[in-house]
This record gives sequence, C-alpha cells and structure tokens, in this order.
Amino acid sequence: MKMQRSLNRISVARMLLLSGCLSFLAIVVMAGSMEQARAAGTQDAKSAKPAMKSSDSDQDAEAGQKKFQANCSRCHDAPEQFSPRIAGTIVRHMRVRASLSAQDEKDILKFLAP
Amino acid sequence: MLCVTRVASAQNTPTVSGGLGFLNSTNAGAHSFQPVVSPVVVAPLGRHFLAESRFYFEEFIGRKNGTSGPYEGTFIKDTQYLQLDYLASPHLTIVGGRYLTPFGTYNERLAPIWIQKFQDAPLIAAIGTRTTGSSNGGMIRGTLFSRTNVQLDYVGYFSASSTVNQFEAARAAGYRVEAYFPNKRIEVGTSYARFLQDTHNNSFGAHFWWLPPSSPLQLRSEYAHSEHAQGYWIETTYRLSQWHGPESIVGRVEPLFRMQQTFRNSPSPGDGLPTADTQQADFGLQYHLPHEVRLNASYSRKFSSPNGTNGNANIWDLSVTYRFLFPMWRGKE
Repeated sequence: MKMQRSLNRISVARMLLLSGCLSFLAIVVMAGSMEQARAAGTQDAKSAKPAMKSSDSDQDAEAGQKKFQANCSRCHDAPEQFSPRIAGTIVRHMRVRASLSAQDEKDILKFLAP
Repeated sequence: MLCVTRVASAQNTPTVSGGLGFLNSTNAGAHSFQPVVSPVVVAPLGRHFLAESRFYFEEFIGRKNGTSGPYEGTFIKDTQYLQLDYLASPHLTIVGGRYLTPFGTYNERLAPIWIQKFQDAPLIAAIGTRTTGSSNGGMIRGTLFSRTNVQLDYVGYFSASSTVNQFEAARAAGYRVEAYFPNKRIEVGTSYARFLQDTHNNSFGAHFWWLPPSSPLQLRSEYAHSEHAQGYWIETTYRLSQWHGPESIVGRVEPLFRMQQTFRNSPSPGDGLPTADTQQADFGLQYHLPHEVRLNASYSRKFSSPNGTNGNANIWDLSVTYRFLFPMWRGKE
C-alpha cells in the first residue's frame, strides 16, 4: 500500500512537472506570437476590411462590427457563411444566448444585413 | 475566423442548426463509439417572441462488461431545451419551458459537440447543474447595461421537480452574474444554485475567461464548490492562425490543454463527481477542416487517490464533428 502511495505521488509529481514545462513552453510561444501579431496588427486590420466590407461612414454598422467581433466568438467560431434569410433569426438567438441588449442586437444586425 | 459574408437584407426564417459527430473513446481500457446528432431549432414568432429547442440523440456502443464481452448499443435521447423567450424590454428576456441550467459556463455555453474542445465534460460539470443539466420552469436574463468597455449580464431561475421522461429536472433556484470587458475580452462571473429537493444544499461557482483580442489564445477557467466536493478546471487553446492565416494548413491546427482537479469533502453517491480526490491533465489537438468539419484527438491522464474506486487511468479520445446551419424553408431572396 505504501509502495502504491509513493508511486502515485511520483506520478503526480511527474504530471505536474510535465504540465509546468508545457505551460512554460506555451507561454514562450504565445509571447513570441503576440509580439509578432502586434507588429503585424496594422496590416491585418487593413486586410480584414475588404472582407468585412465595412463602411466608415456608417457608424452603426461599425459599432455592429465591433460588437460582433467582441461577442460572437466568445464561445465559438462564427459560422463560415449563412443564408440571408436567417440573419435576423441568428442574431435574435444570440441576443438570448449571449445576453445582448436590444441595441447590441440592432447594431449587429445592421452590420450583417445593412 | 470572422469571415462571415455580410448579407443583403435580414429575414427571420426559422433555422435548423446543430452538430453531427462520431466520437471514439478508450477510457481505462473500456472502448466505446458514439454516433451523435444534436439539432437546434430556432423560430422567431413576431417581434417579441422566440421559440428554440435542442435535442440530443446518441447511440452508445461499448463492450458488455466494460473491457470485455461483445459490443452492444444503447440509444440515448434527450430534450436539452425547449423554451419560449419573451423579449420583454431592451434589458430583460423572460424564458419559460425547459432550459439549460445556467450555472457556471460549461453547461450553457461550451457543451454542444460543435463547440466543445474536449470530448469529455470537466469533472466538476455536475456541480450546480443537477440532476440533468436542464431545468423546467422560468428564467429571467439579460444585460443590465452595455457600454463599449464593460457589459454586465445576469440570469436568475427557478425550476420545478419533474420525473417525466425526457423532461427530468430537479427543484432548484439560482443565479449567475458576469461582467464582460469587450476591449480586453475578459469575463468574470459568479454562480449560485440551491438544490431544493431531498437534502437542500448550496453550490457556488466562479469563472474567469480571457480571450486576448490580438491573439488566438483562449483561456477559460472555472471553479465550483458544493457541500460534498469542489474543484476547478483551466483550459487553454491556441489556434496557430498567425502562421499564414486561419485557412492555411498550419493555421487550422489548434493545440488544447486542460488541467483539472476535484477534492472530495464527504461521500455523496450519485452526485456525478469522482468519489475520491482526482487530478487530470488533458492534452488535445484540433484540426479545423473546411466546411465546418473538425477533427479532434486528445489524451488524458487521470490520477485518483488510492482509496478511490476509479484509480489511475489513461483516456484516449478521437472524434470528427460537423456543424450545420440552414433555413427551415425557402424564403424571399
């Protein structure tokens, strides 16, 4: 029994050591890529604009884009694409699920379906 | 990741969405297959109502005696939610029917097969969500206020006891409050649930999420405490999308890691938690294929105290999931 306990302790220690090493490695990799991202941030933002077709003049749509980016990917990736017929349904569903206010719902809908 | 195509004009055609998956697991030598389908139906009714439901169908195929004997199948079906939402005011939604118990974050937000990172739920998932993860009754929810730098959300609910097939639920009440900081993408929250049948008891929870806007890193964590057990999990994921973009071969890879521990304060058979103190480390790899298909592989090592019945174990999981979303019928273009 004592032998079993000490073996278990060793296994736990090994696991914690392994977890610690992996976490350290992950932090180093992340720090590196965050730095890289910061450097490339301006370029990324510029290249994202045409894909989103955002209009600088439309403040509501811009607010909607920000809210979309801040809220929709909190829990899951946004769907790759969806039919225009269901944009209103999706945003209302997310209003309930993600506790969006009526204004948030309106702004996101303006961004998705101007 | 946010590559949604903007559309010409919004319509409220009801939708069918959800996930389809084939899960394969070997847990302490016990091998199982699980074909799963989980459809979600959402239908707006007028300007203020929304009807929504999610179902779960699974065929669990495993060996008769766990690790030996012939394979046999068990069909599992569940109505996870079937609710009517009334958008009463800009900051209040009233929900009636069967809904997901809003304790912590996993049950309501991360459990669907097309969202979850690991096939197995966290060890503490049963705290605050007894008995089935769903509740029958009423719920109020919404956002107290929403600014560009902070958003405060709330949920409160009461559930009645039910033993009706497909609609089992416990008599319970509770709430969750959370603050979300959109600029930093940090979320902190706390949950409370009081179990009001048999022996009454309280459960408390707290969660912290950080999804930095400049990085594909996602960090989610949760702590929960009940009368007989407590524990936590911390999950980090990092999609390699900064290497040639999220659609590149490398950019579709997402390494996953989760650490979790549970501590048993006193025995409570049937509470859904490990019977002894348990530590578990989960290592996974997810590959995002085009067209909403995901491949997922993970290895978990579980250590349980010697007096526990579970012991130490290796868990190997492999799955493929597909997420679908389409209108229920043709509408006006």
